[in-house]
Amino acid sequence: MRHIISILIENEAGALSRVAGLFSARGYNIESLTVAPTEDPSLSRMTILTRGSDDVLEQITKQLNKLIDVVKVVDLSEAPHVERELMLIKVRATGKDREEMKRMADIFRGRIIDVTETAYVIELTGASSKLDSFIAALDAGLILETVRTGVCGVGRGDRILKV
Amino acid sequence: MISGAEIVIRCLQEEKVDCVFGYPGGSVLHIYDALFKQEQVKHILVRHEQAAVHAADAYSRSSQKVGVALVTSGPGVTNTVTGIATAYMDSIPMVVLCGQVPTQYIGQDAFQECDTVGITRPCVKHNFLVKDVKDLAVTIKKAFHIAATGRPGPVVVDIPKDITAQLCDFEYPKSIQMRSYNPVVKGHLGQIKKAVQMLQEAKRPIIYSGGGVILSDASDKLTQLAHKLDFPVTNTLMGLGGYPATDRQFVGMLGMHGTFEANNAMHYADVILAVGARFDDRVIGNPEHFGEEKRRVIHIDIDPSSISKRVKVDVPIVGNVADVLDEMLKLMDGSFKADPEVADWWKQIDEWRGRKSLAYRQSEHIMPQFVMEKLYEVTGGDAFVTSDVGQHQMFAAQYYKFDKPRRWINSGGLGTMGVGLPYGMGVLMANPGAQVACVTGEGSIQMCIQEMSTCKQYGFPIKIINLNNGMLGMVRQWQEMFYSKRYSQSYVTSLPDFVKLAEAYGHVGMKIEKPEDVEPALRKAFTEHKDDLVFMDFIIDPAANVFPMVAAGKGLTEMILAEEL
Ligand SMILES: Cc1ncc(C[n+]2csc(CCOP(=O)(O)OP(=O)(O)O)c2C)c(N)n1
Ligand SMILES: [Mg+2]
Repeated sequence: MRHIISILIENEAGALSRVAGLFSARGYNIESLTVAPTEDPSLSRMTILTRGSDDVLEQITKQLNKLIDVVKVVDLSEAPHVERELMLIKVRATGKDREEMKRMADIFRGRIIDVTETAYVIELTGASSKLDSFIAALDAGLILETVRTGVCGVGRGDRILKV
Repeated sequence: MISGAEIVIRCLQEEKVDCVFGYPGGSVLHIYDALFKQEQVKHILVRHEQAAVHAADAYSRSSQKVGVALVTSGPGVTNTVTGIATAYMDSIPMVVLCGQVPTQYIGQDAFQECDTVGITRPCVKHNFLVKDVKDLAVTIKKAFHIAATGRPGPVVVDIPKDITAQLCDFEYPKSIQMRSYNPVVKGHLGQIKKAVQMLQEAKRPIIYSGGGVILSDASDKLTQLAHKLDFPVTNTLMGLGGYPATDRQFVGMLGMHGTFEANNAMHYADVILAVGARFDDRVIGNPEHFGEEKRRVIHIDIDPSSISKRVKVDVPIVGNVADVLDEMLKLMDGSFKADPEVADWWKQIDEWRGRKSLAYRQSEHIMPQFVMEKLYEVTGGDAFVTSDVGQHQMFAAQYYKFDKPRRWINSGGLGTMGVGLPYGMGVLMANPGAQVACVTGEGSIQMCIQEMSTCKQYGFPIKIINLNNGMLGMVRQWQEMFYSKRYSQSYVTSLPDFVKLAEAYGHVGMKIEKPEDVEPALRKAFTEHKDDLVFMDFIIDPAANVFPMVAAGKGLTEMILAEEL
């Protein structure tokens, strides 16, 4: 099962390596990981996309909670939530492909944020599956480079992760 | 204002640390200078940093205090890793203070630089790099707080040399608040009630207790509870002494080398009350086999991640063992009535006991089990017994009947050969004047043999009981049983003459080769040589094996019992 774990963690040097080290030491998988400070600069929020059985997920949350720097942990995917991922994709945009790329970006509500004579950089935000579909919809030979932030998300409504 | 080095020492004084185990070097010179100028904190100079950490670890294990080690950067730190990992696996509170190269050199591959925080991270409860002298006192306070509370564990504080030279006002925080660290103490009352109910319904109950009982100083409460319930009790290797071994209800240690009755009772129980134990692989054998029996499990543990990790638990109770047992006792006051069928269960257990699974064959050579029985007699069952890792460790665990907690000092989780002798030093610093026996093998003792020199310097009168089989016995036992006797590298040749070696270090050495000499030699060591370190080299039957044994991958009840009886 796919799970999105959200972690509030002290914004200390080395905090990220504690989390990453825990995952590798115990053989848990990380599909994506994003981290940045929150509105309170002493805290960082980390979002980890992982997969595992219920037992494994229970261990992951318990083990994360055991890390001294970790303030709070929730499994976002346990309840209603919204999630987004950002992708920058650089594509070849020459000849007839130039027009085609613009059209594809529009269909997926992407934005072209950089234009050169031969290439576009398209910014696309959405659920990870939408980013996957966009990649699949393009001619693979035209993709020059992709970079994705990994998933981040929040619970809906009253589900708030805060100290 | 005082220097960072003085702050370190003042913090130790504030924590009432009476001794540290350490080894000096460049990056801790300021700290050693500050240490020199005072008397309150004594320093034990070991001969290898690994031993400093083991000794600090045993200081904690054998008392209710937190052991402290002090080492220099680079190789000083890397030498401590085995000791730190050993303490971590057994949840032992400890603070390790490490020197580091000056702040501005960090990351420059400076002389004796290593990434202490990175290297130790996977085997500490937490670690810190101090970046500002203003944070020094509060960091050390946090280190002690984290080490000793919740599920205890080692904490490393990495202190760059420049910080120990800088000046700062000193104020030691009285208490510490951390929003990210608030270990649970009290158990959930509803859950405790459920547990009591379940115990009342049990027909084939067992109390299975581990190191958590000892760490939480809950042995008295456990004993009280067990007596009230009149249920059988088994201990893990780490839990020995948490329940008196001479008590009628004690069925012995369980697990890979557990007794026939303990393993059967654990397997066939309908209700298990697990107290500060973690169902590890050396305890329950093959989990699928263990899972074949229907049973209900109550699990008391301070660490939620230990619950339902390997065995599904029906009533989890997260909390400090002592507090939870207290609550349980209160709830049961007067009203508790066990199921009458428990009497039949006891009959079954007595039948299993009748199998006498710890009986061992006689031999013209000294049998290691016999040495342990005599050691028990000669010390009146009241010694601190440290051990190394191997067959001798299991013999000590099986045949020395520990009635008190914190008397059995061994590396259970990591299984570190070499701990025995430094453990003895730590025990003696925490319990001056105590009788200490270090049960070891000719393989293990050589892993920290250099500490005989430390023992001479400080007059640690440890009695080293070397069960010398000329083999890496435990390895040999597995090779004999599972590798068709292909004894690959388990035979130790070119052993030193241990008697001469002991004498070279200034101690007393004895070589004991005949069964009838065992007891007199032990008596002599513990009386005439009470104040000496005595190295007792017992030449034992090299073929002696540890039984019962649950082979790897086998179920708890699929024990191999002693060979020819
Ligand atoms: C540091 C370390 N290295 C290797 C092992 C693997 N090991 C476990 S028991 C053992 C043999 C110990 O030999 P000895 O100390 O003579 O004890 P005996 O089993 O003969 O009583 C070995 C090598 C270990 N536990 N620790
Ligand atoms: Mg041996």
